[in-house]
Amino acid sequence: MSLIETTMVGEETAGEAPSVSRPEQPMQEDLGSDFQTVGEVRVDNPAISTTGVQVYYGEKHAIRNVSLDIGKNQVIAMIGPSGCGKSTYLRCLNRMNDTIEGCRVEGEILLDGENIYDKSIDVVALRARVGMVFQKPNPFPKSIYDNIAYGPKIHGLAANRTELDEIVERSLRRAGLWEEVKDRLDAPGTGLSGGQQQRLCIARAIAVEPEVVLMDEPASALDPIATARIEELIDELRENYTIAIVTHSMQQAARVSQRTAYFHMGHLVEVGETTQIFTNPRHKLTEDYITGRFG
Amino acid sequence: MSSGNSVSPSFEKVQASLARRYARERRFRAMGLGAILLGLSFVAILFITIIGNGYTAFWQTYIRLPVYLDPQVIDPQGTRDPEVIRQASFRKLVRQPLREMFREVKGRRDKRLLYKLLSDDAPHEVQQRVIDDPSLIGRKVELWLLADDEVDMLVKGHIPRETLLEGRKAKLVGWVDRLQAEGRIEKRFNVPFFTRGDSREPEQAGIAGAAAGSFYTLLVTLLLSFPIGVAAAIYLEEFAPKNRLTDLIEVNINNLAAVPSIVFGLLGLAVFINWFGLPRSAPLVGGLVLTLMTLPTIIIAGRAALKSVPPSIREAALGIGASHMQTVTHHVLPLALPGMLTGAIIGMAQALGETAPLLMIGMVAFIVDIPQGPLDPATVLPVQIYLWADSPERAFVERTSAAIMVLLAFLIAMNALAIVLRRRFERRW
Amino acid sequence: MLPAEETGENGMQNSVILIVLLLLTALGYHLGRRRALHSVGGTQAIRHLHSLPSYYGLYVVLWAVIPALLVMLLWGLVQDTVLNELIISTLPPEMQSLPPERLGLLINDIHNLAVGNITSEAPSPAIKAAADHLRSLQAVADLARAVVVLAIATAGALFAWRAISPTMRARNRVESILKGLMVASAMVAILTTIGIVLSVLFESLRFFQKVPVTDFLFGLEWSPQIAIRSDQVGASGAFGAIPLLAGTLLISFIALVVAVPIGLMSAIYLAEYASPRLRAWAKPILEVLAGIPTVVYGFFAALTVAPFIRNLGESVGLDVSSESALAAGLVMGIMIIPFVSSLSDDVINAVPQSLRDASYGLGATQSETIRQVILPAALPGIMGGVLLAASRAIGETMIVVMAAGLSANLTINPLEAVTTVTVQIVTLLVGDQEFDSAKTLAAFALGLLLFLITLSLNIVALRIVRRYREQYE
Ligand SMILES: Nc1ncnc2c1ncn2[C@@H]1O[C@H](COP(=O)(O)OP(=O)(O)OP(=O)(O)O)[C@@H](O)[C@H]1O
Ligand SMILES: [Mg+2]
Repeated sequence: MSLIETTMVGEETAGEAPSVSRPEQPMQEDLGSDFQTVGEVRVDNPAISTTGVQVYYGEKHAIRNVSLDIGKNQVIAMIGPSGCGKSTYLRCLNRMNDTIEGCRVEGEILLDGENIYDKSIDVVALRARVGMVFQKPNPFPKSIYDNIAYGPKIHGLAANRTELDEIVERSLRRAGLWEEVKDRLDAPGTGLSGGQQQRLCIARAIAVEPEVVLMDEPASALDPIATARIEELIDELRENYTIAIVTHSMQQAARVSQRTAYFHMGHLVEVGETTQIFTNPRHKLTEDYITGRFG
Repeated sequence: MSSGNSVSPSFEKVQASLARRYARERRFRAMGLGAILLGLSFVAILFITIIGNGYTAFWQTYIRLPVYLDPQVIDPQGTRDPEVIRQASFRKLVRQPLREMFREVKGRRDKRLLYKLLSDDAPHEVQQRVIDDPSLIGRKVELWLLADDEVDMLVKGHIPRETLLEGRKAKLVGWVDRLQAEGRIEKRFNVPFFTRGDSREPEQAGIAGAAAGSFYTLLVTLLLSFPIGVAAAIYLEEFAPKNRLTDLIEVNINNLAAVPSIVFGLLGLAVFINWFGLPRSAPLVGGLVLTLMTLPTIIIAGRAALKSVPPSIREAALGIGASHMQTVTHHVLPLALPGMLTGAIIGMAQALGETAPLLMIGMVAFIVDIPQGPLDPATVLPVQIYLWADSPERAFVERTSAAIMVLLAFLIAMNALAIVLRRRFERRW
Repeated sequence: MLPAEETGENGMQNSVILIVLLLLTALGYHLGRRRALHSVGGTQAIRHLHSLPSYYGLYVVLWAVIPALLVMLLWGLVQDTVLNELIISTLPPEMQSLPPERLGLLINDIHNLAVGNITSEAPSPAIKAAADHLRSLQAVADLARAVVVLAIATAGALFAWRAISPTMRARNRVESILKGLMVASAMVAILTTIGIVLSVLFESLRFFQKVPVTDFLFGLEWSPQIAIRSDQVGASGAFGAIPLLAGTLLISFIALVVAVPIGLMSAIYLAEYASPRLRAWAKPILEVLAGIPTVVYGFFAALTVAPFIRNLGESVGLDVSSESALAAGLVMGIMIIPFVSSLSDDVINAVPQSLRDASYGLGATQSETIRQVILPAALPGIMGGVLLAASRAIGETMIVVMAAGLSANLTINPLEAVTTVTVQIVTLLVGDQEFDSAKTLAAFALGLLLFLITLSLNIVALRIVRRYREQYE
């Protein structure tokens, strides 16, 4: 795996920090289409490796030439101002963008060395390997049990009811929800609290035994206590899964992730060890963002 | 995914299930597509049946005969007075050429059959010609005369020759063949179909009466339901306070929209005819009943149109000191009007196709005269279709289908107008 | 609403009144405006007026028109009744004491004679005199009406005109009158419902005096023809509604069996699978089915479908009635396909995208997502839609009138002929009827039954649909 290292010349962006009042002002023209990410985009043992990813929504160019590795059994956090393309990039990783009309993805996204946008790749099987948790908890209007069992059932993971029961229990335990719901598995999943619902969704995602779990702002709809619970959970899950998480909270990124990627206007501006990004950002835009000057 | 370097056991199960799942996916998709195709083919079959049965009705069989307009019969005194001509009997004159042409026909029964080649109306036609042009009297003129419906059906091939040949009218076939060989039979555009009222004789039956009835009925409906519907929509959307009464009105409107149409007919019969004593079979009563039926449609569409006017426009008007009513009448209403008109047109289209409630209020009578106003007894197009569909003559099948084609043409035109209107005034904000 | 008119002459008189009224309003508008302007001394001082001058004009107009039209309407409604009473009071006593129906016929004869029509039998001198009397009364009444209406219009206009002063809040008054008219328009919906309930209920009650409710609701036999002769009192057993209900349900059930799968599956396909191009074409074409008048379906059923099914049955050795429930149900099903599909479409689209995302995110195929997530989530809404469709089918008239049978047949065999509630209403009421016979009244009882059934279905369905919508809002 080649290591691409690029640095930015400071002058290029000096004095170009967008004003606070105009955060939506297009900066990308200034970053230029040949902009190169600051920091090390490659890792030794990637679960997913992407190169030159471009995403278009019709005419709109939402992701510009992003190359990034996601390390195995690591948590990578993606941060950046609203609309910079974090969700878009994340959704490329299990081809959830396929469901959006007019969305076009270019570039290379390798999962275990195979391009997931290759014709021979089966989306269904892919999504069984790369699961996703969404911003708003979205339990199915079914019982808690059926919510968890849905994935294993459709994929034929359980040979019989006992196996299914085991999967459900294991997933709920891993998601730290078992103790709270074990007596009411037949109750509707929509009847749980917001935090519980989100953990239910995480349990649902891991019930399929994916290799990678993508989380798009999984705690943004939750109160601080529920958020803390989810963060703990993410940290525990790291042992078995690779996790990519989009978040708006820098503290959260700092708490749960090993690596952090900073997106801006569709560009991946900077990526590196989380501690480095937050203590010693190398790009001006990253610094502006984490010091709260905009975004 | 084939690279098996780090494939988990669960993933293998996923792989194993794929073929079966995709098969199911394909089946489901095929079912969906099948449902659509089935639905579309229903539309196609319906239209093909109607058009296939009906298009021939727009042409009608005529027979060309050399009619001697005998002055002795028509106008012995030579007055050329239309009144005199009107008194004269033209039947003989019309039958004469047939007799001459088919001299071999003897016997009363056969002769009567021979005369049945022509429609009952043929003498009147000739009479009208002579009244229009009295100089024809005394001449022998070749005239195209309306053929009887049975001849018409035979010529058009709707009655198989074989069935006729077996019956007591077998001779008819030979005569028609001979006339045809002599070039005396022709299909011409069926003007009477569009200019006449109903008749027991298929070849003389037209839709003009029913069309006029439909026109007056819809006129009454439109004049009542549009203003009332618009006023109600404005009130409910713009002025009504949220209280029990307005809730009740809303519930009523929604439920009325789903009440079977025949129940409105019962209402019309009990209230308008028996209680108010309005005349039966009158377009006025039909219009009243259809007004009550279409009101929910118009009110609901009107409210939707009002809702789509952005609040900013109301705020702008109120902000410069316009009263609530002025805001609505000067600013909101003009913007919502196209939407309301669209709703009204769709409501009218519904009303135009409505049959059942009109049966209840007596608009099913057999009416030959074309109604001249909303109080004359009348029928409407759909009821005319119903009446003709019930008639046993084969020729009425063709006419029913043709009447349906006319009705559908009106409906399509109205809906097209609604669509154009909607496109034209599509909101620009 | 125009009052009952029997002659063109009368209609002309109406238009004359209306035209004069129109002229009056134009004059009133002009005068009202002018008085308002004069009251402040001309256009320069217009700002001293409380409202724009045109509102003063409008105020006069409204005062002129509304009371006059109301009186005209009322007059039209009562004139005939009053005149009839007057005429009856002048008739010889032996005629006055006739039973109501005979008296009604007599009055009819008098009316016919008065407008110059031929009556059923040679009129007696008393009747002739009455007709002459009626004619003169009518002339007087019509003249009086014209005078009264126009006088009221003038008085109203004058009253409003005199009230005009610079401080009069003309705009507010005009607006509250307009608002009153709007409220009245909105009330029409309630009045219609009340009208339906009262008219149907009233006649039904009269029916239930002749035939016990229980016999009607639970009777297994329906043959109203037996009761044609009024001396056949014992014919009450022939008014059992059960066979009609059974027939209605059978046909509606067949219709739903056709419409629900096709409508639902096509809605699903169009919403989830179809390309925008196919959607743009197929959707409106399917909706054409909803715009076709039911009489056309009836013709189609009777002319094409019923013989087709009959022949099909014969070819496999089945005895199919030419008015089979199957044919009517099938065609009715075709008619309600767009109904089911557009309601399902609404409901399916209301299922939030997040649920789809969740399912796809787990690696579900499209059909798995639809079957196991979207449909269960949409089920209440779809149920509501099906109930609405059922109420449509139950109340549908023309298809069954033209394609279903007339004889009440208690069966669930779709190949036999059955009759329905709506068919019987039509058969009982079309053609000549006396308004008092049990036969005629039975139609209203059936109407009441139909109204109640569809109403409760609608209420339940609308409630389900509303609750479903709220769930995802
Ligand atoms: N379905 C879509 N169609 C068109 N444009 C889209 C679509 N989804 C996103 N975009 C655009 O793509 C860009 C990136 O969107 P994305 O949702 O990835 O941003 P984000 O970084 O996740 O923002 P947020 O933090 O607010 O969630 C935005 O400019 C957005 O407007
Ligand atoms: Mg996002």
